[in-house]
Amino acid sequence: MKHNLDSNIKVLYLTELFKGLWITLQYFFRRKVTLNYPFEKGSLSSRFRGEHALRRYTTGEERCIACKLCEAICPAQAITIEAEPRYDSSRRTIRYDIDMTKCIFCGFCQEACPVDAIVEGPNFEYSVYTHAELLYNKEKLLINGDRWEIELQANIISESSYR
Amino acid sequence: MINSLIILNILFKVLGVILPLLIGVAYLTLLERKVMASMQQRRGPNIVGFFGLLQPFADGLKLLIKETILPSSSNIGIFILAPILTFLLSLITWCVIPIGYGLVFADLNIGILYLLAISSLGVYGIITAGWSSNSKYAFLGALRSAAQMISYEVSMGLIIICVLVCCGSLNLTAIVMSQNKIWYICPLFPLFIMFFISGLAETNRAPFDLPEAEAELVSGYNTEYAAMGFALFFLGEYANMVMMCSTITILFLGGWLMPITILNNIIPGVIWFGLKTTLMLFVFIWVRAAYPRYRYDQLMRIGWKIFLPFSLGWVIGIVGLLICFDCLP
Repeated sequence: MKHNLDSNIKVLYLTELFKGLWITLQYFFRRKVTLNYPFEKGSLSSRFRGEHALRRYTTGEERCIACKLCEAICPAQAITIEAEPRYDSSRRTIRYDIDMTKCIFCGFCQEACPVDAIVEGPNFEYSVYTHAELLYNKEKLLINGDRWEIELQANIISESSYR
Repeated sequence: MINSLIILNILFKVLGVILPLLIGVAYLTLLERKVMASMQQRRGPNIVGFFGLLQPFADGLKLLIKETILPSSSNIGIFILAPILTFLLSLITWCVIPIGYGLVFADLNIGILYLLAISSLGVYGIITAGWSSNSKYAFLGALRSAAQMISYEVSMGLIIICVLVCCGSLNLTAIVMSQNKIWYICPLFPLFIMFFISGLAETNRAPFDLPEAEAELVSGYNTEYAAMGFALFFLGEYANMVMMCSTITILFLGGWLMPITILNNIIPGVIWFGLKTTLMLFVFIWVRAAYPRYRYDQLMRIGWKIFLPFSLGWVIGIVGLLICFDCLP
């Protein structure tokens, strides 16, 4: 009997509807969680996989030794490598292209590299206007590496105990 | 000379009704987006102008410069006519709505009847839109939307009758003036709730916006409409919403009357009317943010099996009460 009366009152007086309205009104007055994008950005993890970069040793020598492990493991076959001995007969690449439109940003190349040459940096804001600009070559990747080295190093150091 | 003065007079009055209405409707779209956003803990549009205040103009400009698509298999004449008809009907209802004492474009003695008639004509706009699109889904969507509108017009009419019986005149100004002692929301509170819900269903607003939601997906009467057609439907819907809120204010909330008679001359009645209508609009948007959508059969069930008997019961109840206590106006 009491159960019947309760449900009838709910139906007649729209109790739950008003309760729902009250909850929504409370949310109206809460602080908003929107980030003011270009000026405020969300925080990224040190494991974030963004734009690629080719790193160097502190002496300035490029790390990549053309072992082609990254090319072999890339699931999208986005990396193309051609290698030749350099003038000082060390093993280096002539061509190291990453097709950013094929890349799936999985990070396997980063995991496969034995010398930490190819890494995925924290940059995701590299939009361009033409397709051709997204086919990165070795020069572009090395420049990336130089530009982002400080942050790449910090990320690798903080991640080193897990890798 | 006198003729041209009269014509100028009428022209100014017409502009005085339509221009603020259009600006109000434009800013209502912004208000809706900002209020719904706040209720979802996010900011609405705030890039275009301070706090997004120029957003409606950006929206209008976008719709104006878009290409108008006329489907080749549609009946072009009716296809173009439908949004024009809808918008026209939304604007025409504003002739009789008084925003202050004597501030009405046409003080018809049958004002309420006029409003009911125009809302019934609104159904034509939707049916012609869906039918002329020559697409099965759009047509079915239009039929569903039209059926929803006419179902809730029935209970709206009955509730209006209750108010009229308390007031004694179909003239909207007289209805407001008869709320001198007490606004009708106090004795007739359940009717206010029912009228509000019927108003939501009549204007195809959430949670009764299945026809509109389907237009976002596939079917629905305005799927085939591109730029200007869509803009006119959109404006028509919002103008309808403002008109419904104004009607609720006039019938239940005392129109331009002030809640406390002390402030008799400090704040003019027009401001009170605007405040009350804005409050009603806020509640419309609040309801949209709070509730999930009704399925179509649940919607029709509410209209016919719940609202109709209730409103009929109230009509009989109110009339009986008034006759019993000999208070018929």
